[in-house]
Amino acid sequence: MTSEATMPSALVLPKRRWRVSFGWLALYLNVVLAFVFLYAPIVVMSIFSFNASRQMQVWMGFTLDWYVRMLHDERVRIAAQNSLIVALVSTLVSTVIGTLAAMALERTRFRVKRLYEGAMYLPIIVPEIVMAIALLVFFNLAFTWLDRLFGLQLNFGLGTITIAHIAFSFPFVAVVVRARLADFDRTLEQAAQDLGATDWQTFRYITLPLLMPGIIAGALLAFTLSIDDFVITFFNAGVGSTTLPLEIYGRVRRGITPDVNALSTVMLLASIVLVLGSLLLQRRRTA
Amino acid sequence: MSTSGIELTVGLTRSATQGETGMGGMRPLERPIDVELVELTKVFDNGVVAVDRVSLQIHQGEFFSLLGPSGCGKTTTLRMIAGFEHPTSGEVLIEGRPMGNTPPFRRNVNTVFQNYALFPHMTVYDNVAFGLRMKRIPRDEIARRVREALQLVRLQGFEERYPRQLSGGQQQRVALARALVNRPRVLLLDEPLGALDLKLRKEMQLELKHLQMTVGITFIYVTHDQEEALTMSDRIAVMNAGRVLQVGTPVEIYERPSSRFVADFIGESNFLRGRVTEVGPGEVTVALDGGFPISVRCDQPPARGTEVTVAVRPEKIRIAPAEAPEANGLVRGRVEEVIYIGTDTFYVVRITDETVVRVRSQNDRNRLDGGQLLPVGTPVSLDWAPDAARVLTE
Repeated sequence: MTSEATMPSALVLPKRRWRVSFGWLALYLNVVLAFVFLYAPIVVMSIFSFNASRQMQVWMGFTLDWYVRMLHDERVRIAAQNSLIVALVSTLVSTVIGTLAAMALERTRFRVKRLYEGAMYLPIIVPEIVMAIALLVFFNLAFTWLDRLFGLQLNFGLGTITIAHIAFSFPFVAVVVRARLADFDRTLEQAAQDLGATDWQTFRYITLPLLMPGIIAGALLAFTLSIDDFVITFFNAGVGSTTLPLEIYGRVRRGITPDVNALSTVMLLASIVLVLGSLLLQRRRTA
Repeated sequence: MSTSGIELTVGLTRSATQGETGMGGMRPLERPIDVELVELTKVFDNGVVAVDRVSLQIHQGEFFSLLGPSGCGKTTTLRMIAGFEHPTSGEVLIEGRPMGNTPPFRRNVNTVFQNYALFPHMTVYDNVAFGLRMKRIPRDEIARRVREALQLVRLQGFEERYPRQLSGGQQQRVALARALVNRPRVLLLDEPLGALDLKLRKEMQLELKHLQMTVGITFIYVTHDQEEALTMSDRIAVMNAGRVLQVGTPVEIYERPSSRFVADFIGESNFLRGRVTEVGPGEVTVALDGGFPISVRCDQPPARGTEVTVAVRPEKIRIAPAEAPEANGLVRGRVEEVIYIGTDTFYVVRITDETVVRVRSQNDRNRLDGGQLLPVGTPVSLDWAPDAARVLTE
């Protein structure tokens, strides 16, 4: 913009070229910087998970020792097991709830629909820490009242973590499934009815199979969210319910070691696979 | 290919005696009524009256068309027969039984949808088998009937294909097979050829008609294409603005339109305004605007002095130069435009300041004297047989 005023008009052509190449340069730089900032730490972490030295500062040669050690570490095994239990249960439940919510929002008209819609999508935009504290307060209150009213002695643990994960992941499922429902051809359902299918048969043989890519994509997303989650899990965990992110955090507090790098690399790979799977399924069109 | 054509015909025909092909046996209107609509009305939530007191009787084995412009209520009528819409008032009777709020899956009708609505996640075989599976028919019978249905629409060997791997015409046939395999009492077709290109559409029109005669099932066919309706139908109901204006055979509808709308929508018509000056037995004399008195045959003559419209088809009008000896025509005018289209020539003839008449003259040897068209500006006289014109009061 400023160059325009200072340059004589005879130099229009070269000036343009210069501006174009500057634009391209800026774009290239942007891409390079983005990749450096985003991926350099991850790449460094992954590389050092193969470092033969305990120290992070020096490279002492390639080894798989840290991966082997991680596999034999009892605490890691338990944490991984906890993470999987929470992720599987919360994924299953939030997929069902999310799919039903998507159906309700897309297919029906009811009085408080707008309100429900807004309320449901809230967990997506609310800061995670707020959600974590809110759930913590809620569980405390619930436990107190359950104890007072029924003498039920409940405590934080895998149960609370799972419920918390369901609460924040089902809206994501709903969003993904709803996107698929939005361009669903409803004459297909009418065709099924016309051919003698009851409402249930229509859902079972037409609606559900055609929604399946969306549902699976939503489920993979929910699984990824659950297995990665730290903040909400941290606030709603109890004794003996350490998940992988909590375990990693605990270790890092005692100093970053290659076994943490190894563990993080494995989780990273798992997440990438799941998210890619989810994206692929969302892109797939059956029509 | 192991089964012969005759066997599969019998398999899909309702019964050997009833499945006549229109050549013998009972005439269509003497057969029992399959579908009856009684004062059928549909008012949508927004107050739009889509279907307005429609009463029709559709007979067994008939190819019946609902014809009208888009938004005339023909599709809504069809959807009420199928059970996808509930009537605001009135009744749909199928085989004499009032349908009330019977859901679609309990009605003995099947629909071929405009966009075919084939299930994209199922093969051709599974699409066609769907209806039979829902009815829990034994597996080997399903296999046999699906094979028959696919042979009927000439799609053997396509069982394992998915709909997206088929052309438009093939998808159309799968949709037909998927409906016919259930041996419905009535087949409802909602503009099934609308998505096909012109050539394929012409082919499918004849194929559909033959198919219908083969299987002997009642077809109710919704279309906005008058030519399509005339080509295929036993009877046509012309609809406009939610109402049925006229019901009749293609010949009746074309030759004796009862209203200006029908005369205009089906084929082409000239409309000449005038006033009834004399009423005779089965005939009235109408003084056209511009002064020409003409006599028109008319079954129910309107009273003297009534403003009427006289409708004449362009191809029914004879055109001759005004000075020619045979020029004792009904109307005189001057050629304003000549449009030569090969088989025919269209003449636009001005008869008064306000009125032009289109004449369609076939270019056979007699009409086109020595290959000469009438040039623009020629004074001409126009003539037609008394029963070629219709007096329309609305």
